[in-house]
Amino acid sequence: MIVLEKRPQPSKAWSYATPLVAVLATMVFGGLLFAILGKNPVEAIGTIFWEPLFGEFAFYYRPQLLVKGAPLVLIAIGLSLGFRAGIWNIGAEGQYIMGAIFGAGAGLAFYPLDAFYIFPIMVIAGAFGGWLWAMIPAFLKVRFGTNEILVSLMLVYVAEQMLASVSLGLLKNPEGFGFPGSRNLQSYDSAHNAELIAGSGMHWGVVTALIAVIFSYVLLNRHMLGFHIRLTGEAPRAAKFAGVNPARLILFCLGLSGALAGLAGMFEVSGPSGVVSIDFNVGYGFTAIIVAFLGRLHPVGILLAGGLMALTYIGGEIAQSQLGLPAAAIQVFQGMLLFFLLAFDLLTNYRIRAARSEVA
Amino acid sequence: MDLGEINPVLLVASLMVAATPLLLAAIGELVVEKAGVLNLGVEGMMIVGAISGFAISVETGSPWLGFIAAAIGGAVLSLLFVVLTQVALANQVASGLALTLFGLGFSALMGQSYVGVKPPSMGDIHIPVISDIPVIGPILFQHDPILYVGIALTAAVWATLKYTRVGLILRAVGENHDAAHALGYKVIKIRVMAILFGGACAGLGGAYISLIRVPQWTEGMTAGVGWIALALVVFASWKPWRALLGAYLFGGITVLQLNLQAAGVAIPVEYLAMSPYIITILVLVILSADKSSAPASLGRTFHASH
Amino acid sequence: MTTPLLSLQGLTKAYPGVVANDQVSFDIGEGEVHALLGENGAGKSTLVKMIYGLVKPDSGTMLLRGQPFAPAEPRAARADGIAMVFQHFSLFDALNVAENIALGMENPPKMSDLATRIREVSETYGLPLDPYRTVGDLSAGERQRVEIIRCLLQDPKLLIMDEPTSVLTPQEVEILFETLNKLRAEGTSILYISHKLEEIRTLCDHATILRLGKNVGECVPAETSARDMAEMMVGSTLQTPERSGRDFGEVALDVSGLSVPSPSEFGTALRNVHMTVRKGEVLGIGGVAGNGQDELLGVLSGEITTAADAIKFNGQPIGLLGPTTRRKLGVLTAPEERLGHAAAPDMSLTENALLTGSVREGLENNGFLKWAETKSFAEKIISAFDVRTPGPENAARSLSGGNLQKFVIGREVLQNPDVLVVNQPTWGVDAAAAASIRQAILDLAAKGTAVVCISQDLDELMEISDSFAALNEGRLSAPRPTTGLTVDEIGLMMGGAHGMEVAHV
Repeated sequence: MIVLEKRPQPSKAWSYATPLVAVLATMVFGGLLFAILGKNPVEAIGTIFWEPLFGEFAFYYRPQLLVKGAPLVLIAIGLSLGFRAGIWNIGAEGQYIMGAIFGAGAGLAFYPLDAFYIFPIMVIAGAFGGWLWAMIPAFLKVRFGTNEILVSLMLVYVAEQMLASVSLGLLKNPEGFGFPGSRNLQSYDSAHNAELIAGSGMHWGVVTALIAVIFSYVLLNRHMLGFHIRLTGEAPRAAKFAGVNPARLILFCLGLSGALAGLAGMFEVSGPSGVVSIDFNVGYGFTAIIVAFLGRLHPVGILLAGGLMALTYIGGEIAQSQLGLPAAAIQVFQGMLLFFLLAFDLLTNYRIRAARSEVA
Repeated sequence: MDLGEINPVLLVASLMVAATPLLLAAIGELVVEKAGVLNLGVEGMMIVGAISGFAISVETGSPWLGFIAAAIGGAVLSLLFVVLTQVALANQVASGLALTLFGLGFSALMGQSYVGVKPPSMGDIHIPVISDIPVIGPILFQHDPILYVGIALTAAVWATLKYTRVGLILRAVGENHDAAHALGYKVIKIRVMAILFGGACAGLGGAYISLIRVPQWTEGMTAGVGWIALALVVFASWKPWRALLGAYLFGGITVLQLNLQAAGVAIPVEYLAMSPYIITILVLVILSADKSSAPASLGRTFHASH
Repeated sequence: MTTPLLSLQGLTKAYPGVVANDQVSFDIGEGEVHALLGENGAGKSTLVKMIYGLVKPDSGTMLLRGQPFAPAEPRAARADGIAMVFQHFSLFDALNVAENIALGMENPPKMSDLATRIREVSETYGLPLDPYRTVGDLSAGERQRVEIIRCLLQDPKLLIMDEPTSVLTPQEVEILFETLNKLRAEGTSILYISHKLEEIRTLCDHATILRLGKNVGECVPAETSARDMAEMMVGSTLQTPERSGRDFGEVALDVSGLSVPSPSEFGTALRNVHMTVRKGEVLGIGGVAGNGQDELLGVLSGEITTAADAIKFNGQPIGLLGPTTRRKLGVLTAPEERLGHAAAPDMSLTENALLTGSVREGLENNGFLKWAETKSFAEKIISAFDVRTPGPENAARSLSGGNLQKFVIGREVLQNPDVLVVNQPTWGVDAAAAASIRQAILDLAAKGTAVVCISQDLDELMEISDSFAALNEGRLSAPRPTTGLTVDEIGLMMGGAHGMEVAHV
């Protein structure tokens, strides 16, 4: 019989190895899934992981990695701080949408004025929109003890309706011949989040994501607030004993993750997407949850995980067009990754041991 | 706008239909939470139930087989949650999210060839005389059988929890798993059974949406019903009859806003469509003051050390 | 020679890194009260878990009335007539008394019949209990009655009691002993686990002494001195803490009219608590667990805030201040629960040193942490308090209970507090470590710190405190000088017998 035995302390080696093992297991079982779907598993996995980086058209796909990875990393960094403290914001998708609406709204309010201050104002507005949306669950949790998981999630659906409403109404392009959707911000210079170096994929969102990684690293490892965040997650009573104000921590973690998600939405709408439209959001807010866990809630880990997840997005699209792999298969693939990660995480805290049969 | 077009009898009857998926999922989750486990994967299990039930009814032509398949589908998915939380001792919140994300993707994959297909109809029951009574007949006695299954399940869960030894043990495990273990009860085994039951119920709820309420298959068609079911358990203070009441309340709101949309009320469609979610939040706020009835071990991982 | 009820032969059980029981053998006779004596960590719990079917021995056998006995699970043990009253009650707060009892029975009768039987048994043994009350609302003594009645309803042949008196007032202990004596008279054997020597001398017929997992001797307690038993138990002569006569300074901590609701549902509210502690004084606060100890510590540490004037430090109102500000002023505390409250289990000792040490030890600069200084503070605690660990980078949960307790107390003591409040400073700690913790507290007081020591161990309180008060249902009795207090007086301060009555024999 196999028994689990709690380690006296978490294993460092396993905490690094788990994500790698999870990725390998996902490749194996993902390959199996692709085989069931009638695709050559080796070819499919190869297409997803190899093609975007080293394939014939890598020069086109590599910048895309930054474009897809940046919002994931930005959102996941925010989420990871809350997750570490046991504060579960799972409504990043909604905050992302609100950031985009606020950011685009602020920019379009100036249309057609050309001025250097418009884009900074949009950045602030985007962060504010996401922050505001996250403050609803934060405030309700602090004031009434309402479950933030459910509230933040419900607000995703509300935000989606808001998005529909503004794309058909408030922000609709007056010159759009009646089609839903806003003016294209890409063709409004003062509001355009253009590539900083043409063809590199590097835009302000990528820069912000990198800054967020560094900020989060310093916060968690060098600052009292980060220590308090970790302490609250590991031992809430000890945190209270140490003098942590739980309410302030909730407001900070939810607020920051909302603002970062809002920024991600704003950079997306003013850059790669360009348009506020009904189907603007593509689930980055949910995928970022996977990224946060895959990165072990560690800033550097999240950076790597964000890259990997972006790879599966792009590789998935290639596999879709070249091999006819269904888009949903990639979604399953990503879900599997989180599943294996959580399962193998056991090895960080427990040893598996064969033992004589025992009533334990 | 013409509010006169809204027929109160039809409104109440359709309210019960709208409430049933919620009720089925919530009753299942209630049992899971009573055993001390928080499974946030309800949405994922529902959507997998929705497609399993849909696919099997289309293939076999039998809605009954479809519902059975849906229950199995939901339970199989919940088995993943079992592996994560009861075997690998993973965090329940994260595992529930994993289940939902995985379930949404998996159902989309399974459902590709079923978009736009019409499922076989289950048909409503018809009891001579009783079903024909004006007002009461259409409201109470002219529904599909699964709707009554939902009500019967509520009664069964209530009676089991309150009067039987199994129910007592289940509550004990959810209240204090260490003490239950010390008395020799198999905490993990009981929790696994509860989680599977919850998965089966969520699967049924999902299939009710795809086979009866809508009835057709679209990706992500549960649209947050699973999450509302989670809120409903809190609303119900972990009491089955209050879950029924809550489900009808939410069902009522959903149906009413749809009716108002159809009647062309001067409120934009989007605002009506977001109203069930906002009302869920409001209800959560009002009820969050009282947490006393929550099972004490809810969400905590159990590992028998010695 | 008659067959003993239960005979243990060469029981051995090893866990990774520790042999909990090593070749333990002894017999328990019919109708005998048998004491199992030993320090924390001596292996008493593992041994009884094997008898109760919770743990399987690696080797060795048990014979029940001459028949091989190897319960696979508690259910099997119960079926063979073994019943157990746990030290930490295995009760369900949200369920009522009858439901709790039903859960501990194999084939419980209908609830209404069960309630009648509960009333009968509780009458007979003098343990009054309402079957329909919610267990979370009961006092510690009443909760123990639930456990005992649960066992008695099974007509056990062997009743195992794990440290039963740690939650009782002296008067309640007397009543419990009456009940146990009655059971013995009826032929029930009792395995009585304790480290309280006087109790064992009064009650038990026979004693087995465990040390480091081994049976190191047996004796007849009534014929053996407490000192001899203690030496068998500890393995060496103990030194009792020294206290130097000292003068008290001005009032450092002044609590007046303090009332706070409990933060937890089944907790105890504090009601109109008054106390003053002078510099250099040790105030001992006794009382049965669950009478407001946690709440008192919480309100003094600043985890629970209250009216500003209710708590004064050197005349300054501090009731509204949080833990960090109070630490800055010099009011330090050490809660009872080591893992999860006083320390974060998965964090390193360095990080745990930071947990309360940041302000007074200057371990942060504008919020930025000084890890090097923090590490040396942790190392200082480890060496000053002889904490056995490979180094400060190890997780708190890897330490044994006693070592972690030394770390936690050391962390506060080394910060030179003006007021130190400790709750259960030596609970679950071996005798040597307990003595050194007590000595550290006394040394601190000698340097002029006002100390409040909350404890359920009356011997400990008598040993180190200058004055004594007791918490009873959230009320604090007026503090009295320790010298000259009798056990009876202490018992009455603790609330007497809590409405218990002597068994109707």
